[in-house]
Amino acid sequence: MQTLHKFANPARFVRMSSALLPWMAGLSAVLIVVGLYLGFFVAPADYQQGESMRIMFVHVPSAWMSMFIYSGMAIASATGLIWKHPVADLMAKASAPVGAGFTFATLASGSLWGQPMWGTWWVWDARLTSYLILFFLYIGYMALWEAFDDPQRAGKAAAILALVGAVNVPIIKFSVDWWNTLHQPASVMKMDGPAIHASMLVPLLTMALGFTAFYIAVVIVRTQREIMARKVRTLRMAQVNQ
Amino acid sequence: MNRFFSLVRRDVSLAFRQGSASTMVVMFFVLTVTLFPLGVGPEANILQRISSGVLWVAAMLASMLSLDRLFQADFEDGSLDLLTLGSLPLEVTVLAKCLAHWLTTGLPLIIIAPVLGVLLHLEPSGFVTLMITMLLGTPTLSLIGAIGAALTVGVRRGGVLLSLLVIPLYIPVLIFGVGAIDAAIGGLTERPHLLVLGAMLLGSVALCPWAAAAALKLNLE
Repeated sequence: MQTLHKFANPARFVRMSSALLPWMAGLSAVLIVVGLYLGFFVAPADYQQGESMRIMFVHVPSAWMSMFIYSGMAIASATGLIWKHPVADLMAKASAPVGAGFTFATLASGSLWGQPMWGTWWVWDARLTSYLILFFLYIGYMALWEAFDDPQRAGKAAAILALVGAVNVPIIKFSVDWWNTLHQPASVMKMDGPAIHASMLVPLLTMALGFTAFYIAVVIVRTQREIMARKVRTLRMAQVNQ
Repeated sequence: MNRFFSLVRRDVSLAFRQGSASTMVVMFFVLTVTLFPLGVGPEANILQRISSGVLWVAAMLASMLSLDRLFQADFEDGSLDLLTLGSLPLEVTVLAKCLAHWLTTGLPLIIIAPVLGVLLHLEPSGFVTLMITMLLGTPTLSLIGAIGAALTVGVRRGGVLLSLLVIPLYIPVLIFGVGAIDAAIGGLTERPHLLVLGAMLLGSVALCPWAAAAALKLNLE
């Protein structure tokens, strides 16, 4: 509780996050480079899928990030609504485009991977469909932020939407799985095949950690930018009132 | 309870005195469904295959297009402020408005749907299930839509934004509604689909009024 209130002061948040920023940025750069090297040059090619399997090292961590960021957004929104935490709303806002970006990367890399593997750019597979819907949820959230003139009000409205979305994501996932098993029986490859070998798991986890550090760094920059924009807005309002 | 029903009665009679409200929704539903045979061709077997999905998608869109009526008019003329000041909790007010919205849009859709089913060559075994799924599903659409309508009530040109917010949340209802009809036609049991639809209805009765009321409160500040 105490620590939560400590970060509610935007000035303190800016100070502490600025100290963290170079570390996170550096860490993400190192981890992504190492992860890509391990994935592209060290990990063996798959005996069935060949070289195209290497898309996995971008695809799977992106998919993890899109879900992770949405849950992070929902938690930040709840914090903002319950404790009227001013920085939490801004962090949720800052996360949304990053999450949408990762979701898009997941869909695009999946499509590129699907072309040589399944012979088609897109299949209405349960996993793909639910990620497409997740992408739309991100877009709706960002559009709602833009629709209001008053940032305070926009923050609250967007927080309510994020929570409603968070309740719905599991329901949507479940119903899409159900829909898929009805309409097309398991024709597409399954991810839960044989246990993944360490030579592939290590680059995968390195990339995932690198992406997480990247996300933290970008959110710090974007949140700080939001705080400054708020400040400018308040100063302008004060000027007009004089 | 009395105040709840008088609010429902007020909204329903308002909708009817404006006259066109329910007719417009039904007309939209009929027109959208008419577009499909024109678009995909008149072959009976294709229409038969897609009829359940077309009916549900069109009903969803029709119900969504009338959502702006839910709070917008009351917000503009100030009666929403009076309703919040009244002794009825805002959550219950939202529930009453959703019920009125369903009576004026959902119910006419359910009545006209079988006629359109005939036009689309829906299998005879699917008609009863079509009615039941709509009976369970359309109130859920009104309730989920209320959240979107409440969020965008103060927003200029909120209509497009509303559809962007609401359509992803409607998807589960669509899937299970169509799933039940297809199961009934295919000779499988439609019971699990109907149970899930019922569960979604109960869940949204319990949860949606809270979210919509919170959104209304922030827009009325």
